[in-house]
Amino acid sequence: MSNKETLTGAEALIRSLEMENVEIMFGLPGGCILPAYDPLLKSSIRHILVRHEQGAGHMAQGYAHVTGRPGVAMVTSGPAATNMVTPLCDAFMDSIPMICITGQVPTTAIGTDAFQECDTVGITRSVTKHNELIMHPDDIPMAVRQAFHIATTGRPGPVLLDVPKDVLQNTMTWTWPTDEEVIASLPGYKPTTKGHPKMIKEAAKLILAAEKPLLYIGGGVLKARAADVVRELAELLQIPVVTTLMARGAFPDSHPLCLGMPGMHGNATAITAMQKSDLLINFGARFDDRVTGKVSTFAPDAKVIHVDIDPAEQGKVRKPDVPIVGDCRIVVEEILKSVQELLAEGSTQVNIDPWRSKVSGWREKFPVAYDQSEPGGRLKPQFCLEKLRDAAPEGTIVVSGVGQHQMWTSLFWKFNEPYTWVNSGGLGTMGFSVPAAIGAKAARPDRTVWAIDGDGCFQMTAQELVTASTEGIHIKVAILNNTYLGMVRQWQEMFYGERYSEVNLAGCPDFVKWAEAMGCVGIRVDSVEEIDGAIELANSINDRSVVIDFRVEEFEKVFPMVPAGASNDEVLLHPSQESQREFLR
Amino acid sequence: MRTINSNNPFGDSHQHHVLSVLVQNRPGVLARVSGLFARRGYNIYSLAVAPTDDADYSRITIVVDISATPLEQIVKQLFKLIDVVRITELDPRKSVERELMLATVRIDGEHRGQIVELANIFEAKVLAVGSDAISLSMDGTPEKLDDFEELLKGYGIVESQRTGRVALPKLERETRKGALKGKAS
Repeated sequence: MSNKETLTGAEALIRSLEMENVEIMFGLPGGCILPAYDPLLKSSIRHILVRHEQGAGHMAQGYAHVTGRPGVAMVTSGPAATNMVTPLCDAFMDSIPMICITGQVPTTAIGTDAFQECDTVGITRSVTKHNELIMHPDDIPMAVRQAFHIATTGRPGPVLLDVPKDVLQNTMTWTWPTDEEVIASLPGYKPTTKGHPKMIKEAAKLILAAEKPLLYIGGGVLKARAADVVRELAELLQIPVVTTLMARGAFPDSHPLCLGMPGMHGNATAITAMQKSDLLINFGARFDDRVTGKVSTFAPDAKVIHVDIDPAEQGKVRKPDVPIVGDCRIVVEEILKSVQELLAEGSTQVNIDPWRSKVSGWREKFPVAYDQSEPGGRLKPQFCLEKLRDAAPEGTIVVSGVGQHQMWTSLFWKFNEPYTWVNSGGLGTMGFSVPAAIGAKAARPDRTVWAIDGDGCFQMTAQELVTASTEGIHIKVAILNNTYLGMVRQWQEMFYGERYSEVNLAGCPDFVKWAEAMGCVGIRVDSVEEIDGAIELANSINDRSVVIDFRVEEFEKVFPMVPAGASNDEVLLHPSQESQREFLR
Repeated sequence: MRTINSNNPFGDSHQHHVLSVLVQNRPGVLARVSGLFARRGYNIYSLAVAPTDDADYSRITIVVDISATPLEQIVKQLFKLIDVVRITELDPRKSVERELMLATVRIDGEHRGQIVELANIFEAKVLAVGSDAISLSMDGTPEKLDDFEELLKGYGIVESQRTGRVALPKLERETRKGALKGKAS
């Protein structure tokens, strides 16, 4: 640009977002962010108007989950910013790249307890990878560039930019910083992406020497887009794989080496394989407490190779024998190459057939199980899920809330493709499902998106169905409605002597009417006979969102279960399998 | 009264770890650093912060009272802050540490001389003398300050304030020569 162009801060902000290739953003205007909504009128960016700021945040997350690109949300100051805290924290826990722009009171009013003023950067400091209060319109392009750079590199995460109203209104001279200038402006930010060559070689040797190796893969594999190389390594050496809650889909469930999800509600084989392994090969997972159970008894005989881009994850929970800081894709490629070189030089892999046959034995004996309902009995949520799964078109994206339905979905759905599973893992945010599904569908209109929700979760954020209807983003919602806060009920039953305290949601609204009131199709399913027809109808509707209210068995519990604080060895199996427990020893 | 241990370079600080944190000199950076300690459940024992000779950067000297394992974790977490440029853990044996103390001590006629004498021994300065109180300033190693403070307590400290320690790595012999040469030229 030869002539220096003068823009308002608001114009500079929207242009900066366009320059960062933002196509869709989610938000809701208000006082202090008003100036930014004006240039949006003539912007190429599609803005999706939500009904609650939390919805905008989760939509941005859903968008980011399925595309790997940062989701963008823009809201005003004060209550809008505080409503954004939950999605920011959720994105921070699950390492989701996200940009949040909040309005702020004018710089002259900051600190005066002005209308809709709050200390947004202070409040969000511990739930963002980085945040910044922009005090001058000249700083906007650099701040936006830095935000995108920080959100998407290293361990991804949310970045918040707080922009006072006068900074949006005042003018600036437009410049667009170069990559070099962005990097030079962040002297303290240099993520390590390449693994240490000595550690890579050591890892390769350990892998070939292990008798009971196990690939323990986490969300980092998806963030680094490393699913294909991980699969190549697994297949080359025939090493079984467990996929954490954040990594469902990173390795196909249909693959013979896939053992599925470990952890508190993982399946018995995945849990036991971790316990008995002599080498955990951790790619992009963080030894979360829901995976390890009691840490002191977790995988007691295993050596650990830990690949993580975040140095702070190395040794945070479990001391690794071979720590490798780096990008999962680059490091796994290097490990694979190193393994291939060792094999070419004449090294051999220890025979792991006995280990694999042991694992297969567990798999045969301990499939994920539930009791079918008696004739005329209540619907089983697991059965509904199996039906939904079997009728879903290939590539369906599944988005869940948090609780029993989430665990059942992870256990019973078959995820065969990366980026088809979206959920709130670390923070466990009830109400995540509906808005995140809308974000996912906005990003991938070519895909069917099923939100699998609970009745408790649904009531937290379902007003966003209005957004879905008005914006023409047609999702499908399956409520596994047991009229309880089901997971809490399960804990009260099992650990509080069946003393049920404040968990019964009976008297919850008519979800069919609710759906219809929001411009969606609502279907109620009470009996087994109605399931197929309802799912078929839902799948055939593409011009509206659909909500199926599955009225399921109230007292169904999620099994297996490792009680909180217990060792993984003490996993509670489905009652029908408890008699076989000795086979897991 | 505690025995005087000014000559013991380790003093009672063997549990302490001194982190010298170089940060970008930007608004909110101290809140980010201190917030991180609070968030992860660690206590800051003392903290001193000021811009470096390059005004774009500040140095925060943090003394933490934790064992080695959580220290490694807190250092890694600190380094994740975008504004943190460099973290050095200073081994008390391999660094120079100084702290400043101001103290106002109650005096009566017969003790004034003793306090002034004590101040002389410890190379403290007398800042002001009143009819019933005396204000002193002293800089030195934190251990030496401890000792001085302990002795002053016997006379009755009205008010005292310490800065928290600042520290830099000790110069190695070779570096020291180099540094001197550099200064000379």
